[in-house]
Amino acid sequence: MERMEKFLDNLPPMDLMRSEKMTLVQLIIPVETAHRAVSYLGELGLLQFRDLNAEKSPFQRTFVNQVKRCGEMSRKLRFFKDQISKAGLLSSVHPVVEPDVELEDLEIQLAEHEHELIEMNSNSEKLQQRYNELLEFKMVLQKAGGFLVSSNNHAVAEETELSENVYSNDDYVETSSLLEQEMRHADQSGLRFISGIICKSKALRFERMLFRATRGNMLFNQEPAGEEIMDPLSAEMVEKTVFVVFFSGEQARTKILKICEAFGANSYPVPEDISKQRQITREVLSRLSELETTLDAGVRHRNKALTSIGYHLTQWMSMVRREKAVYDTLNMLNFDVTKKCLVGEGWCPIFAKAQIQEALQQATFDSNSQVGVIFHVMDAFESPPTYFRTNHFTNAYQEIVDAYGVARYQEANPAVYTVITFPFLFAVMFGDWGHGICLLLGALVLIARESRLSTQKLGSFMEMLFGGRYVLLLMSLFSIYCGLIYNEFFSVPFHIFGGSAYKCRDATCSDAHSAGLIKFRDPYPFGVDPSWRGSRSELPFLNSLKMKLSILLGVAQMNLGIILSYFNARFFHDSLDIRYQFVPQMIFLNSLFGYLSLLIIIKWCTGSQADLYHVMIYMFLSPTDDLGENELFWGQRPLQIVLLLLALIAVPWMLFPKPFILKKLHSERFQGRTYGMLGSSEFDLDVEPDSSWQHQEEFNFSEVFVHQMIHSIEFVLGAVSNTASYLRLWALSLAHSELSTVFYEKVLLLAWGYDNIVIRLVGLAVFAFATAFILLMMETLSAFLHALRLHWVEFQNKFYHGDGYKFKPFSFALITEDDN
Amino acid sequence: MYGFESMTFNIHGGYLEAIVRGHRAGLLTAADYNNLCQCETLDDIKMHLSATEYGPYLQNEPSPLHTTTIVEKCTLKLVDEYKYMLCQATEPLSTFLEYITYGHMIDNVVLIVTGTLHERDVHELLEKCHPLGMFDSIATLAVAQNMRELYRLVLVDTPLAPYFSECITSEDLDDMNIEIMRNTLYKAYLEDFYKFCQKLGGATAEIMSDLLAFEADRRAVNITINSIGTELTRDDRRKLYSNFGLLYPYGHEELAVCEDIDQVRAVMEKYPPYQSIFSKLSYGESQMLDKAFYEEEVKRLCLAFEQQFHYGVFFAYMRLREQEIRNLMWISECVAQNQKSRVHDSVVFIF
Repeated sequence: MERMEKFLDNLPPMDLMRSEKMTLVQLIIPVETAHRAVSYLGELGLLQFRDLNAEKSPFQRTFVNQVKRCGEMSRKLRFFKDQISKAGLLSSVHPVVEPDVELEDLEIQLAEHEHELIEMNSNSEKLQQRYNELLEFKMVLQKAGGFLVSSNNHAVAEETELSENVYSNDDYVETSSLLEQEMRHADQSGLRFISGIICKSKALRFERMLFRATRGNMLFNQEPAGEEIMDPLSAEMVEKTVFVVFFSGEQARTKILKICEAFGANSYPVPEDISKQRQITREVLSRLSELETTLDAGVRHRNKALTSIGYHLTQWMSMVRREKAVYDTLNMLNFDVTKKCLVGEGWCPIFAKAQIQEALQQATFDSNSQVGVIFHVMDAFESPPTYFRTNHFTNAYQEIVDAYGVARYQEANPAVYTVITFPFLFAVMFGDWGHGICLLLGALVLIARESRLSTQKLGSFMEMLFGGRYVLLLMSLFSIYCGLIYNEFFSVPFHIFGGSAYKCRDATCSDAHSAGLIKFRDPYPFGVDPSWRGSRSELPFLNSLKMKLSILLGVAQMNLGIILSYFNARFFHDSLDIRYQFVPQMIFLNSLFGYLSLLIIIKWCTGSQADLYHVMIYMFLSPTDDLGENELFWGQRPLQIVLLLLALIAVPWMLFPKPFILKKLHSERFQGRTYGMLGSSEFDLDVEPDSSWQHQEEFNFSEVFVHQMIHSIEFVLGAVSNTASYLRLWALSLAHSELSTVFYEKVLLLAWGYDNIVIRLVGLAVFAFATAFILLMMETLSAFLHALRLHWVEFQNKFYHGDGYKFKPFSFALITEDDN
Repeated sequence: MYGFESMTFNIHGGYLEAIVRGHRAGLLTAADYNNLCQCETLDDIKMHLSATEYGPYLQNEPSPLHTTTIVEKCTLKLVDEYKYMLCQATEPLSTFLEYITYGHMIDNVVLIVTGTLHERDVHELLEKCHPLGMFDSIATLAVAQNMRELYRLVLVDTPLAPYFSECITSEDLDDMNIEIMRNTLYKAYLEDFYKFCQKLGGATAEIMSDLLAFEADRRAVNITINSIGTELTRDDRRKLYSNFGLLYPYGHEELAVCEDIDQVRAVMEKYPPYQSIFSKLSYGESQMLDKAFYEEEVKRLCLAFEQQFHYGVFFAYMRLREQEIRNLMWISECVAQNQKSRVHDSVVFIF
């Protein structure tokens, strides 16, 4: 025993097994060094600050003005970014790296840029507006002029017809011109018109409104204005319609003008005289072309300014983000009494103390401060955060464990074992080396492109795949291994390791399915014999093999879990847990299911015909009966009786002693301190600053007992149900192989039976589709989930508390662009 | 389908009910208001709001803020949420949601008409309109000279048209007319909404009739108080009361003849639900009445969330958000004008 303990103590430490040792530290930073010190610590990224001002609202904190300024600056930067993307420019992918500018300088610079941009925008807006107006005017002139001319001509033609009838042969030309003049005159006095332009979408409602307002006494002419015009508000191109309204009366005029205004329709005067029209059109056109050149110059100028901003944009944005993070962190610190120093507290891993001190010294030196930063370790009453140093490979596995719950501080970390057991259990369910190779190729592609993909922003699905690339790699490797054992390649058996040991009874092989095969030489050296595929013995053999394997794997993994609880108890020096929890648990599990595993192995080794169901069931029902032909080894009956008794003893053993001993310990501890309880809290802090001590101040026996009862019952029932739960390994593996058989035989082989290229191709396509989506994606997912469950529930509930909290250091590297 | 909503409600209404309940969880709490009341400048308010659901709407506002900007942006959020819900809604929920906005439409019509009467610029007026009550031809309202024209030109296309049947006169518009028109329209609107909810049946009818009755009663009290000392006759006043609610019909008879605030009080104290509101006020006082009514309304609106499978939650949520925006406006005004002692005068805590 002694030597065993020694051996365990001298085991080399496992990095990932226990989380990093943490310590609570206090920093006393002179005000002049504070900013620099905190930003150096942010670059180091190994200190998690505690918020000492949690009760203050954000705008009551010390550095609220700086935070606001940073917010303002990032608003400006967002404005620039928006402008750049609106102008269709790309912010340069390789930003210029400049020496860091001071925040104040940057602020001024940004304000200048913003001012300049806003001015340019308003200028170009004005120009754009004038341009739009002219453009609209031009359209109105073109189209409305057309209306006027045609309506005049029409009227004239009608009149002439009339006049022809009335004045049959009189001087025709003169009369008509006279009449025309009269008409014109009438136009000017009674009939007037307003011409303008309106959005196409509003035209119908506009017309209706005009009709109602004038009680139908108007004539509305419209024509789409060929070109699209930019809407200054939304910067979108809008289709417009040119209209001309004829009406009579002054009152109608004001009404119509009001309606025009209400609908945002711009009205432009169009002279009736054609020559005048032409003249104005010419003027408008010339001014348009002038404006166009000015506008173009403006846009070029603006784009140039934006491009020059774009060079620095990324750098500025990251700088502002960092500054904001620094001030947010500074807001977590307290002023000391003299107001000359800032006091901060935080957690850091013990190994990082030297680095932190170095960074702080550097900060003191760089800011020419007289006083150094004081850095010292404090005693902590709360549990420290959990910090595992993971790498690319182990990170994904740690994530799998963390998804269930973050480990308690320094608790045994199941991720160490998960690295192998998780992919392995997956592979037991996914055993097919063909599918395994497909997965492997996928994983290798992801790993080969690691450096490129890690800098890109991926979709949520790709990100998941990419994050789990090393899990995928091991999963595929183990699937290939298990596939070789099951001898499955897309459900086709292969003779890889030599010839089969079996042959058919006759040449036709017709009775292989009903009568079975004959063995004629040594067993197949590795895995399942390929000749069994489709024979009578295939399913019974594979089921028996997989079922027993699942139980062996399950019992082994659960034992590992219980053993880890032993290491946990040892680590936390909790001999009570070892004696009254670990030992009875080990005895209980192994006297029942450990024994079953032993029987399985003996049966495999001896080739016995014993019925293990029978043995296990009658071990409980009538332990004293003779085993008969089911006896596997000498002395099995007495052994069973002993094991049964041990299991029965183990139950009260794990239930009763622990709570009673805890109660006794508690009453002993407070013996003779009956009236020391009053001021005990302060007193205890001074004497025993041990965090575990705090929690035991109040001892509630019934609570502890109920807790222990629940725990014991859960373990006893769990031992049965968890072992049964491992049978999912068999079930999923069976389902996978049967599914792939169905797709292979009922789709691919069936299609190949036809001598028709089309049917063959369709069959191949269906087979490929089913393999990719059902077998490779869905089955991978389901096997993954079941492996996850086996780890979270069946394995981790034996030892894992998972009630810690993660170490979140203040680090610039971790600040992401989550604020847009 | 009275009593069987739980079987079928979620087919069409489940998603939106979940959405609206999620929105409700984003309403500012008493703790938020306490923090907001401590703010020194509008920037502080913006900073505090940036941690709430209003954050994305305010983050791009340049720094010298105005109260109007804050209110505008907060309203924009409500409008966005409303539009989203309207987009997703199917009948009859979409009609129900549209009904919620008619009140704002009436207010907007009145605002524009009064504004043009006083020769204000239409575009300036349009900016002041509540965005929920906008309709296509609202700007054309300025053209109308009297009620008949108003109806014939513009409102005939809007959902408000049926409510107008009571108030078509050829009289020229003046302030008094417009106010009467507002109340007549509102009366017709409330009655129509009430009828619609009754038609929907089930929990919606139950809850909405309670909420709308409260609204109708409050309006009745307000009309009475506002018309004391004006030339409005008793019969005209009586006509403006909605024909449902707790006060209908006997309370209305009594309210119609009230001559001062204490008589109103005497009438209202006969009704147990309103007793508590008036017991908070001292005699002859009517300033705090609004706040007392708002508080009671908020309480009732919050209760609407206690039941599931009905449309009342949408109405309640919209009203609560509007109250919240009123609160924010008041707080920002107080902060902007350095009147922080008066902050608590008008803020109604929702939770």
